[in-house]
Amino acid sequence: MSSRVLRRGGWNTVGIVLFAVMVFPVFWMISTAFKPDDQINSLTPTWFSTSPTLHHFADAIHTPFFWTDVKNSVIIVLITVAIAMTLAFLAAVALAKYRFTGRKLFIVLMIGIQMLPGAGLIIPLYVVLARYHQVDKLSGVILTYLTFALPFSVWTLRGFIIGIPKELEEAAMVDGSTRLGAFVRILLPLVAPGLVATSVFAFITSWNEYIFARILLNDQGKQTVTVWLSYFLGTSRHQDWGALMAGSTLTAIPVVIFFLLVQRRIMFGLTAGAVKG
Amino acid sequence: MAVAAETTKWSRRRRLTWARAGRASVPYWLILPVVAALTAILGYPIYSLVRLSLEHYTLFELIQHHGQYIGLKNFSSVLHDQVFWHTLLRTVIFTVVNVGATIVGGTLIALLLVRVSGWVRILVTSGLVLVWAMPQVVAVQVWYWMTNFQNGVVNYVLTELHIGNYFEHDWYQTTFSQLGLVTALIVWGALPFVAITLYAALSQVPGELVEAAEIDGARPWRVFLDVTLPILRPVLLILTSLSILWDFGVFTQPYLLIGQAHINPSNYLMGIYLFEEGYLKTDYGRGAAISLLMLVMVAAMSVVYVRKMVKIGDVD
Repeated sequence: MSSRVLRRGGWNTVGIVLFAVMVFPVFWMISTAFKPDDQINSLTPTWFSTSPTLHHFADAIHTPFFWTDVKNSVIIVLITVAIAMTLAFLAAVALAKYRFTGRKLFIVLMIGIQMLPGAGLIIPLYVVLARYHQVDKLSGVILTYLTFALPFSVWTLRGFIIGIPKELEEAAMVDGSTRLGAFVRILLPLVAPGLVATSVFAFITSWNEYIFARILLNDQGKQTVTVWLSYFLGTSRHQDWGALMAGSTLTAIPVVIFFLLVQRRIMFGLTAGAVKG
Repeated sequence: MAVAAETTKWSRRRRLTWARAGRASVPYWLILPVVAALTAILGYPIYSLVRLSLEHYTLFELIQHHGQYIGLKNFSSVLHDQVFWHTLLRTVIFTVVNVGATIVGGTLIALLLVRVSGWVRILVTSGLVLVWAMPQVVAVQVWYWMTNFQNGVVNYVLTELHIGNYFEHDWYQTTFSQLGLVTALIVWGALPFVAITLYAALSQVPGELVEAAEIDGARPWRVFLDVTLPILRPVLLILTSLSILWDFGVFTQPYLLIGQAHINPSNYLMGIYLFEEGYLKTDYGRGAAISLLMLVMVAAMSVVYVRKMVKIGDVD
């Protein structure tokens, strides 16, 4: 018995060490963002600052184009998500509720496209968008983001729609509703949480995206937050670590909050069926 | 009379067929918008990719909107390029190391999560989810700061722990060290997804099975091999294929962490190679040939994953 307690204690210690190592970079980012410069640049690190400051955040916010780039990111992400969800919802209903010739091919495409590496697509997307004068325009980036947001949303929404018992819909139809009526009154409210979760996840992926934004947006006033952050050190003469970490924290905050909200609902999309969540 | 009955029957049947045809077309109308959108924004670019790969296409042709057909010259140029083969080999090794570390590490964490007390499990899981939520570009910047040669915390900690003298150690000097850092960054970022998914799968392993095996005197390692692993196998297969695809096509982390100034043919990975050769050197035709080769390799590697997922999607 006591050996079992001891072993449990040992595993717990390993767990706590693991937690500390994994979380350390996140902790270090936040800790640096609030530290005064002399503590950041000292050779002996200060783990917890006793004199926290907000001036790195002020510096980060006041770098050129921060707010413009935040605005660009928000516009790109919102339009991408809105279009993706509208179109994908229809296709997801088709996958979940109908059997039709070509269904399998469609599923293959939805999964296969998500596996294409972004790097492999930069040349054709750049050349095609340049041909239609979509380089250095937010619309061009939105189009490229739809290439992964659409298949992802179709696949994930399909999972949510399948989860709704057929009986509910049938009961509504017996009560005299049309298929559309049953759909609007029964299916839609039940699918709403899934719609929200999928939108949030599409939001996060688009917000985090880097490579397409990097190649398509060269005009500084047209870039996204991730590109802004990636150029951060390049714009200052000395390396302002405090401001860099403050900027990193600001970029991460919306993503982390949203991610924590939907992680449980979404995480099994990629391994759907193999694990019953 | 008989004729009239016949006609009504006919027209009713025809109406039914029409109704059925109408209903049968519904799913096609539903998927039409997605299919049309993807054809335009992905299908057309991929068609262009194939054409570009057969053309001499640089910035000049981009402005002219017209390439010059040169057959397979781009491909033979790429395939005769030492850099291509070295990059391919480096990327394969990089992928094997990254995927191996991710899957083994994730499995160990999942096994640990089963054994710790409830509060430690909650603590570790929350930590993992927090790491998982970190955007790649943010993670790169934090990594870059932690490994800074002057006052990066990694050098300080390694020196303090007497692992060696890392005072002002520059991690960005050699290819090995650069790609090692990228590996650490990628594995760190990928562990949460793998560990949490495997933990969810592990919690389906019936406790009685493990106990029975232990009572029979099986060693922990045998229990793992004979009881746990078979149950984890389908999930491990999916996670491994996903990790292979992600790591093989990786771009953001190596590109930003190694940094434009330090990137050169000796540390290229596939994604960076085609970015440098195709996009930066504005040789889009040759870049297209590299892209196409890369996409074909990825498509071949994704067969296992896609088949598995389609089977699942087709059933329900």
